[in-house]
Amino acid sequence: MNLLDILLILPAAGFLLTLFLPKDNPGLIRNFVFGVSVVTFVFSLLLIGPVLASPGRLALEGNSSWIEYPAIRYHVALDGLSLWLVILSTFLTPIVTLVSWKYIQNRVKEFYAFLLALLLGVLGVFIAQDLFLFFVFWEISLVPMYFLVGIWGHDKRIYAALKFFLYTMAGSALMLVAIIYLYNKSGTFDIPLLLDMMAKGRLVLTGAESNWLFLAFFLAFAIKVPLFPLHTWLPDAHGEAPTAGSVMLASVLLKLGTYGLVRICLPLFPGAARDNANWIIVLAIAGIIYGALVAMVQPNMKRLVAYSSVSHLGFVVLGIFTFTQVGLDGAVYQMLNHGISTGALFILVGMLYERRHSLEISDFGGVATAAPWLTTMFVITTLASVGLPLLNNFVGEFLILQAAVQVNFYYAAFAAIGVILSAVYMLWMVQRVFYGETPETVKHHMPDMSTREWAIIVPLIALMVWMGIGTQSFLPPISANSTQLLQVMKQPAPPSAVQAAKESVHAR
Amino acid sequence: MPANFMPTAQEYLRFAPESLLILVGVLLMILEPLSGPDGKRKFAVISFAALAAAIGLAIAAGMDPGPAFSGLLMVDGFATFFRVLVLVIGMFVILISTNYLKLEGHESGEYYALLLFSVVGQCLMAASNDLIMLFIGLECSSIASYVLAGYLRDDKRNNESALKYFLLGSFATAFLLYGVAWTYGTTGTTNLTAIRAYLMDPAHHANMVVVGAATALMFVGFAFKVSAAPFQMWAPDVYQGAPAPVTAFMSIGSKAAAFAMFVRVMMTAFEPVKDRWEPLIWISALATMTIGNCAALRQSNLKRLLAYSSIAHAGYLMVAITAHSEIGTASVMFYLTSYALMSLGAFAIVVYIARKGERFVEINDLAGLSQRQPLVAALFVIFLLSFTGIPLTAGFFGKFYIFKAALDSNLVWLAILGMLNSAVAAYYYLRLIVVMYMQPPAEGAEELLAPTIGIRVTMLVTAALTIALGIFPSFILDLAGKSAAFAR
Repeated sequence: MNLLDILLILPAAGFLLTLFLPKDNPGLIRNFVFGVSVVTFVFSLLLIGPVLASPGRLALEGNSSWIEYPAIRYHVALDGLSLWLVILSTFLTPIVTLVSWKYIQNRVKEFYAFLLALLLGVLGVFIAQDLFLFFVFWEISLVPMYFLVGIWGHDKRIYAALKFFLYTMAGSALMLVAIIYLYNKSGTFDIPLLLDMMAKGRLVLTGAESNWLFLAFFLAFAIKVPLFPLHTWLPDAHGEAPTAGSVMLASVLLKLGTYGLVRICLPLFPGAARDNANWIIVLAIAGIIYGALVAMVQPNMKRLVAYSSVSHLGFVVLGIFTFTQVGLDGAVYQMLNHGISTGALFILVGMLYERRHSLEISDFGGVATAAPWLTTMFVITTLASVGLPLLNNFVGEFLILQAAVQVNFYYAAFAAIGVILSAVYMLWMVQRVFYGETPETVKHHMPDMSTREWAIIVPLIALMVWMGIGTQSFLPPISANSTQLLQVMKQPAPPSAVQAAKESVHAR
Repeated sequence: MPANFMPTAQEYLRFAPESLLILVGVLLMILEPLSGPDGKRKFAVISFAALAAAIGLAIAAGMDPGPAFSGLLMVDGFATFFRVLVLVIGMFVILISTNYLKLEGHESGEYYALLLFSVVGQCLMAASNDLIMLFIGLECSSIASYVLAGYLRDDKRNNESALKYFLLGSFATAFLLYGVAWTYGTTGTTNLTAIRAYLMDPAHHANMVVVGAATALMFVGFAFKVSAAPFQMWAPDVYQGAPAPVTAFMSIGSKAAAFAMFVRVMMTAFEPVKDRWEPLIWISALATMTIGNCAALRQSNLKRLLAYSSIAHAGYLMVAITAHSEIGTASVMFYLTSYALMSLGAFAIVVYIARKGERFVEINDLAGLSQRQPLVAALFVIFLLSFTGIPLTAGFFGKFYIFKAALDSNLVWLAILGMLNSAVAAYYYLRLIVVMYMQPPAEGAEELLAPTIGIRVTMLVTAALTIALGIFPSFILDLAGKSAAFAR
């Protein structure tokens, strides 16, 4: 059995077993799910070795038939692109389990079961090498999130959950059409095989075809990212979700979109990606600035962090569509950074909420005097999020901006405005929440960090520092993958293929 | 004129499932007045056993495919597939009916006899290879279900439902019959194979206007029976008014049989003129999906919602017919199987929720179901996700195969619009999940007793099969693929 099979079986088995645990013993359920998620995390660390051993290539491949006709294969593999995203997901699951320990008191069993189902879905997306399998996991990850937001969220949770589901569903409907179309052209769903067929000229898409296919995939991913102006579901879903839901949504689910862009859109439709790059970058930059401006005026902390995600994810998309080595490295690195620092922000905001039962900035003030350690942690995370050197986001943003300069100076100039604005809205929030006068209500309801909360936040802070300083621990496999991707994109189609494409255009 | 007018034993075997069910049905009618008010349960058992036996016979008949009775019937793989499907549906309908009828105080042999007769009609629809035979099957099935729709004769809604169904149904059948007459007038035959041969033969110079008109007239009849736009108007009223198990029967069994005959006629007799009917069905498919989904968005009654959803699903099936290919036919067969499973499960839950007198059929009556009956709610979620087309459920593969068939036939726009439609549909299916999982139970809600054995078996079996088909669809799909080629 392949290591990756076990990686999927662990959360799947955990999910099923959780369903059979007694409902009236929440402690047992929490401990069990925590145990499963820790085991999954530790197990996922074993995957690093094999991937590092084969840079730029697929490691740990498992390929067996699932359905004979149409030929759908259970094809999983791991490379430098997916490795850290897999580990990010498995790393955050035990953390959000701890986060929910006290917060979720209602329908505990269902909550934790959905959490494991969610982990299963996202892991599947990250390791699938078959378009169909990718789609299956893509949709599976949708359902538990819908329940997490809809059952355990805040006041407007039902609206937010529905909106989240329908947006994603609309995008994925078109993606499915594109997947089937590609299958009918090529006879396979297998991504490496499709690339191989394209390289050898056995699969030729006309310019219009590949453009439409690109757009169909792109729309599905852009909704998930979310790219401005498709982002409107995000503040609602993030703002209304319980802390664990917000963390998983921001840190992992949004990455499904950017991951899809890098895994599918770029290598399969390089020409169309280049043709469309300009307006996509413009939208990404619009998202960077728009997200930051809207974040600035949010009265609600969760929504503020949510809009900051729109801004940060704009950087990722910008980096991807520069089609440069640094840009892609930076984009993938920034996906991880955003997962860590925004996840931590949501967790800290959740801690404030558990104490004060409010998310409104105006309900806080002077928290620093009542809870100095909590404040310290929050400030470190904030600084990471705004891109202070030596902390993680700086590296990603720097690489992306560097790539943007290479492509077009104006891109970099406008994107840099977003960096400045992010400092403005984050620090302004910190100032209003943590400094100034301490109202009575805050003073009495603001105990400092508990042991459990320390256990949650320390690993995250440690990673922020590590990823800010020890970039070399993480970047090599990512780089190897970007190099490989750029090579695939540059590869000119074989002459016969170009000829055939022209002919088929004429035939129309 | 055949050399020997007497049918052979082989031909009788090919007609055996229907023969058995007719005999049992008549037997039930005879036994009915002889049994006391407490002895009605045995009728359910007898008819259940008869259907099970008929499945065996249908499979046995399917082992040796071929025509029967001078080509009136054609027992090929396609027919066998649908015969087994409608028989299985009949069995599940009996399971969800027994307790319902007992609660309503209307348990009687008559109900089961009518059900069996209707199933006979459906089997004939699936197997007939002649327009006259097809008409007889259709009438046999319809007339029995007209009566079933009004089965609780003291209930006003039942009466309304039956009357509407009967009036509109007979109107539509008249159109169908008129189309049959025109076809006969042009081609000189009612045998599907012969019609096909006539239209294929360039020597005949068939008058395309007349053929087109005949096809259109028959389309009216078919579209009515499968509740496709613009002839879907009757469905919501009839489905809402009829007793819930009968609604299940009509919207699943009758629909499957109607699609079987629709596909067979279009894919055999009128296949040579497919260029003419393809645009017609294209439009109808799109309209059916859109009307069904958009209307379902605003429903508050569970039965009516499922009625509109069943219209929308008919629309997806029409997409596959528009593709007019063997893959399309196979995807119709797969879809109807998965649709039957999830709908049976959903209707079992509706019957369970409705309770005596169908007092609880509003969507809000589902509030807090996840806390009151967690298992039922979880199973309902499976069915709803399958309706929506989420992976790992049968409904997903159903949609996948249909839209794949559409893309195979270059119906790109129809596929895109159909997929977007299914995203719209997600809204109203999710709304039910919202009510069950995210709203608290209503204050002072009547206690929900655990489901009875028939309901429970139906729910669990259909849910298990829905998931099983969602993970390993090959079993049914291979079968469908093998049976999709018509013996011509």
